[in-house]
Amino acid sequence: MAGRIVLLLIASVFILGPVLWTLSTSLRPPAESFQLPPSFLPLNPDFSSYDQVFKQLNIMLLVLNSALVTGLIAVGQMFTAALAGYAFANLKFRGRGALFSIVLATMMVPAQVTIVPVFMLIRGIGLSDTLLALILPAIPTAFGTFLMRQYFLGLPSDLGEAAAIDGASPWRTFRSVYAPLAMPGMAIVGILAFNYHWNEFFRPLILTISEQNFTLPLGLVSLQGNLGTGSISVVLAGVILSMIPALVVFMFGQRALRDGLTAGTGK
Amino acid sequence: MSTRRRNGAATSETGGRQRQRWLPWAFLAPTILGMGLFTLVPIVASVVLAFFRWDIISAPSFVGFDNFAEVVQDPTVRVSFLNTILFVVVAVALQLGLALALAIMVQEKLPAWLRVFFRSAFFFPLILSAASVSIFMRYLFNEQFGVVNWLLSFVGVPAVPWLTTPAGSAAVVILVYVWQNFGFSFLLFIGGLASIPTETYEAASIDGATGWRKHLHVTLPLLSPTTLVASVMAIINALQVFDQPYVLTRGGPGDATRTAVMVIFESAFQRLEFGQASAIGVILTLIIMAITAAQFRLSKRFVFYQ
Repeated sequence: MAGRIVLLLIASVFILGPVLWTLSTSLRPPAESFQLPPSFLPLNPDFSSYDQVFKQLNIMLLVLNSALVTGLIAVGQMFTAALAGYAFANLKFRGRGALFSIVLATMMVPAQVTIVPVFMLIRGIGLSDTLLALILPAIPTAFGTFLMRQYFLGLPSDLGEAAAIDGASPWRTFRSVYAPLAMPGMAIVGILAFNYHWNEFFRPLILTISEQNFTLPLGLVSLQGNLGTGSISVVLAGVILSMIPALVVFMFGQRALRDGLTAGTGK
Repeated sequence: MSTRRRNGAATSETGGRQRQRWLPWAFLAPTILGMGLFTLVPIVASVVLAFFRWDIISAPSFVGFDNFAEVVQDPTVRVSFLNTILFVVVAVALQLGLALALAIMVQEKLPAWLRVFFRSAFFFPLILSAASVSIFMRYLFNEQFGVVNWLLSFVGVPAVPWLTTPAGSAAVVILVYVWQNFGFSFLLFIGGLASIPTETYEAASIDGATGWRKHLHVTLPLLSPTTLVASVMAIINALQVFDQPYVLTRGGPGDATRTAVMVIFESAFQRLEFGQASAIGVILTLIIMAITAAQFRLSKRFVFYQ
């Protein structure tokens, strides 16, 4: 067992080491950015790089943009996926199976392939270079719909029958009985949406033009481009700041995130 | 269940049945409309667009298969597809191998807190953005000041020009990608291993199987359904790699790390050749579909279900 633990520890050093190096370098005076050997424990943390991030980069605006885009996508996905998932799981209608297959099939087509028509559509409806251009196309979610359908299928069906016998309309049954029970499932959809869109780079790169509409990953890459390899502590301070919300979600939603990422893989 | 509920609704009020007919569509409307507008229409549009020449400024003109003929002969497009395939083969093999080995090691007898620690550590890179990961990795792989070369110097390796040579850049893109993504396959394997009954191992050890032979003859066959899912997902994701090569190398030096999605991006948004970009996209989609279909076909011979 000891040998196995040593191997696993070495693997975790390779995984966590780069992140710890990023953290410690961001806390060093910029002049010592490239210091070797690297210090993994900054004993006298220097926060000047963090001041610089706020001066050189409108990081508050980037955070606000990212939060707005990510938050609205997450909430939008939670609601639309819950509604659609409920319909696919609990309501009978003609073409249900075929429609669900189409929804699943859209997961197979890479987003990059449809980006040209999406870009033109966004231009066509006058949304180009706005945050809405990032939000609207990301709300309908095939994976979220699939996840919520599975979740509703797992809930006991006699609850709905009882509500119907009591005279509740299907909408009322959904709103008062099923939606509250589906909250944990909706949380998974929301956390997954957060994780994906907070980190998203490709779509913002194409759909936004002016810096005031950039999201965090885009802003950081452009900051790095502006600085070249000059004061890397500043860039790394920005990288660390951008990780904080993701870390918070990771700590609170680790289990949900893990279940969501591996959902529907027939484990 | 559904018939009883429908009866209940119908007797409770007149018109209940009528209302139920459109009700599912009210639930589905946001998803179906949104998906139609932002996914289905664009899929059809990008296939149609692949047969037109269009720069967004002048009117589109129908050119038949010209776009396909041109992109297939374009050396940059060819190299980028070859790069992508090479990337997929190496990155996916590393990702699955590493994930499987670590999952087996974590799953065997370990103190609970250590297992939680290792699982969280391996999962951690998945929550970071590929763009920020690529930013800090660029510094770690710096030829003169990077920590990687500094560490290698202890084992006598002279400074490696990671990001300035074709082979070095390709290696960095692969390593950074695998570093960030193996945790996903790792999670899948953890799930798969947990579903193997312990009696199977007991039976195997009674038959005298130990150590790696046990894994070769018990774990691998019983894990094959998980391996299929993990490899399908890993390959589909790797075929779409963009963020890492874009931030780490911009596709260079030369075309050494240019990928299929990068040429879609460049031909559409830098050269305004929307028809050609769509043609490349259609080819990439067809490749993804063919590989996925082939994997499921192959799996009939190699996947064992309990």
